[in-house]
Amino acid sequence: MSELITLTIDGVEIKAEKGTSILRAALENGIYIPHLCDHQDLTSVGICRVCLVEIEGRRPTVSCMTPVEEGMVVTTSSEELDMTRKVNMELLILHHDYDCQNCAKNSYCKLQELTRYVGIDEERISAMRAPALDFPIDDSNPYYQRDMNKCVLCGICVRTCEEIQGDECIDFAFRGIETRISVLGDKPIIDSTCVTCGECVSRCPVGALVPQKAIEPTYEVETVCPFCGCGCNILVGARGGKLVSSTAVEDSPVSGGSLCVKGRYGLSFVNSPERLTTPLIRRDGELVEASWEEAISLISEKLGQYKGDQFATIASAKCTVEDNYVLQKFTRAVMGTNNIDHCARL
Amino acid sequence: MYERHILICAGTGCISSGADKVQEALIKSLQEHNLQDKVRIIMSGCHGFCEKGPLFIVFPEDVFYCGVQAEDVPELVEEYLIKGNMVERLLYKDPVSEEIVINHDKIMFYSKQQRLALRNCGVIDPENIDEYIIRGGYLGLKNALKMEPSEVVEEIKSSGLRGRGGAGFPTGMKWQFCLSSEGAKKYVVCNADEGDPGAFMDRSLLEGDPHAVLEGMMITGQAINADEGYIYVRSEYPLAIQRLRTAIRQAEEYGMLGENILGFGFNFKVKIKEGAGAFVCGEETALLASIEGRRGVPRHRPPFPAVEGLWNKPTVINNVETLANVPLILRRGAEQFASVGTEGSKGTKVFALTGKVNNTGLVEVPMGITIREVVFDIGGGIRFGKKFKAAQIGGPSGGCIPEEHLDLPIDFDSLTAAGAMMGSGGLVVVDEDTCMVDLARYFLSFTKKESCGQCIPCRIGTNQMYDILEDITEGRGKPEDVALLEELATAVKKGSMCGLGQTAPNPVLTTLRYFRDEYEAHVNEKRCPALVCKPLLQYYIDAEKCIGCQRCIKACPVDAITGEKKQPHEIDQELCTQCSACFDACPKKVSAVVVVSEGLKTEEEVEVCEEGCKCQS
Repeated sequence: MSELITLTIDGVEIKAEKGTSILRAALENGIYIPHLCDHQDLTSVGICRVCLVEIEGRRPTVSCMTPVEEGMVVTTSSEELDMTRKVNMELLILHHDYDCQNCAKNSYCKLQELTRYVGIDEERISAMRAPALDFPIDDSNPYYQRDMNKCVLCGICVRTCEEIQGDECIDFAFRGIETRISVLGDKPIIDSTCVTCGECVSRCPVGALVPQKAIEPTYEVETVCPFCGCGCNILVGARGGKLVSSTAVEDSPVSGGSLCVKGRYGLSFVNSPERLTTPLIRRDGELVEASWEEAISLISEKLGQYKGDQFATIASAKCTVEDNYVLQKFTRAVMGTNNIDHCARL
Repeated sequence: MYERHILICAGTGCISSGADKVQEALIKSLQEHNLQDKVRIIMSGCHGFCEKGPLFIVFPEDVFYCGVQAEDVPELVEEYLIKGNMVERLLYKDPVSEEIVINHDKIMFYSKQQRLALRNCGVIDPENIDEYIIRGGYLGLKNALKMEPSEVVEEIKSSGLRGRGGAGFPTGMKWQFCLSSEGAKKYVVCNADEGDPGAFMDRSLLEGDPHAVLEGMMITGQAINADEGYIYVRSEYPLAIQRLRTAIRQAEEYGMLGENILGFGFNFKVKIKEGAGAFVCGEETALLASIEGRRGVPRHRPPFPAVEGLWNKPTVINNVETLANVPLILRRGAEQFASVGTEGSKGTKVFALTGKVNNTGLVEVPMGITIREVVFDIGGGIRFGKKFKAAQIGGPSGGCIPEEHLDLPIDFDSLTAAGAMMGSGGLVVVDEDTCMVDLARYFLSFTKKESCGQCIPCRIGTNQMYDILEDITEGRGKPEDVALLEELATAVKKGSMCGLGQTAPNPVLTTLRYFRDEYEAHVNEKRCPALVCKPLLQYYIDAEKCIGCQRCIKACPVDAITGEKKQPHEIDQELCTQCSACFDACPKKVSAVVVVSEGLKTEEEVEVCEEGCKCQS
């Protein structure tokens, strides 16, 4: 247990672990400080300037980058702070495509949340010079699309790619108002080193990165990803009896809240009419549907006819670690051979 | 034995006006007269008086010839060097008194200056370490090496030296933080990423006295226990880089740089890192990121570089001019340094004086001198007898100081209080013909492009302010724009992450503070009082003055002018694009073309025009 520090935020005395930022300490103690570029999984950078606070005896600063100190007195709202934050948000909104109704992030959008909290002056926005928002949508990737007209340049995707996935396929490019997130050479995403893990898509606070043809599920079920032996915990969403979404379980002890391209975007096979739902047994040269009892007794009967090196096992990466352990044990101990191999990957 | 020494300024300014050709012509001419063994040519660093370049000073008599071109050289050699007759047309003429001044120290431009940081610039051959040493070079280092690091820090603290790069942070305190930071490896970084348009004091120092900067870095190294230094210099300064490389090589050969320097057991090496031209890399954390090979963008502070700097090691970053002052303090003592300047700002400051003054160039003045002295004494007053309007101090992030503050003593604190800042020392003088709204627009056009794009207020705010200013200067301003600009400027100043965004609104805020009436004339009356903003101007031909010469008709690119020969001409306001070609074409003694800014008419007013057209008349 590390050292606890006592500080006051908006008159409320709270305790936080040493090294925590003011922003995280406040949020953990139920005090909301508006913020955009900060994300609990990533290093803080303090670039959105939304989480500005006043600290007694100092100039206003961003709370995400300031560690808590003993006896600190923090104010999250004052006339000056509110005004600076408001204008900041208005500038951001001016450069954001406000087609909320057609946006997949509608009602999950961080910008909407901030706008509600900060409150904006419509009159001032209409007095500002609005830019033409005409970036073409990059839908080159089959699983997600990028709309720079909605991007708020919080850099969460960049840090996710670098810190979570270790891919570093995107970064800030250009300068000033031309700044945007880009892959090497400013090419379509599909021509980059992106592995489509979707980690950035899941963290994008606005509608700039959304899954292709996102469908809102009616209910979600927690399960284990059927793809590989890792066994990541996932939430699959269904609508009309069909699987429509798959997201990571944030506190999954297996994956730490991450998923790969297969677990996130590769589950559509579940809905495929070609999917096998019963075992098949070849009879007279034809594969015929059979019950599990029939199939298993056939296998056991056949296995009894072989022994030692007459036999080999090919295990599957789709099985869990436990399944594969049992399988190799069976091969070695029961069948008496070391002839066991693995399909290595899917 | 040489009888004479001729100093030819080889700063970038003089070279671009032909100093290297003057050198060639002089070598040739001396050989023709067999004087090559009697006259020595020294290609010096910048003398500061760039406007009058190339400069050609003859010693020992100190005769100051200016604006010398290669074709003037034979005359100078034959008439002056051989016959001893002054070549009057190449001597300096005072713009106010019109008197000829022979010696350079009698010229007002120089006599009011106090050249401490620039002590060797224009005096020594920057590519010769011996000349630096003869003038006391590396003595400051020797003194520092005899002292404990903390004593060196104390010396700088008591000198009162403050950073010359912009913010004016006390140098001694910065060193103290770094000395106190834990860690075996520390760095000294010289910030030579001089990016303010018009400012060139760092370039002149590096070109004219590179050893002073190296010595300053080594003293810093001794003070904070660092053994390695980086000079981050713009790649647009090839001459500075070349002279720095020469200086580093020479210092290494002399045992002034490298291992066991001067036998004191102190080790120090210096590397040069060339910047790629981003203005924001002058911000210290962006500069460090750039040295490390990352995208040159600032990061949040704290931690300050003195605690976590280059490759996360404690690092002192000082500006070129600051470092050039350091050897002087260690050589002559803190007390002497502190005897110059004001209470809060000690020593001198180099300014790049430009704009509508008679004498432009690089000037070093004691802190506390008034703007009036700089503009009217050193600068020789406003060109063509026009009226002073404002001084933009501190580069694109500085502020405009109006006439009523002419007697303001220049120091870090007074300038900040007036809404400007010392910045790197750009000083642009503007006269009555300058539109302050247009000036603010111009500076914003620079900062908005140079914003790194990370934080919202700077990225979008500077761009938004620029768009509004552009609209105002083009006649699309709305009355509510003035208040909007003020709100935006305040939010950008308070909300931005680094110095760039925090200071970019200064030109807007100061022009709003001191010249609000000009904004109001633009937005409310669609009028530009300084007659600068073209879309708000109207050109007329005074029928009484017009002699009907048709020159304006020929000059007009859009055929907006009609008229018979010897009959008064007329400008069709609907066609006129305010290009000013007619104004320029009209003979000066006729001056029949008049430019006014009477205010554009509103849409409704235009509708009721008798002729039924959309003219403005």
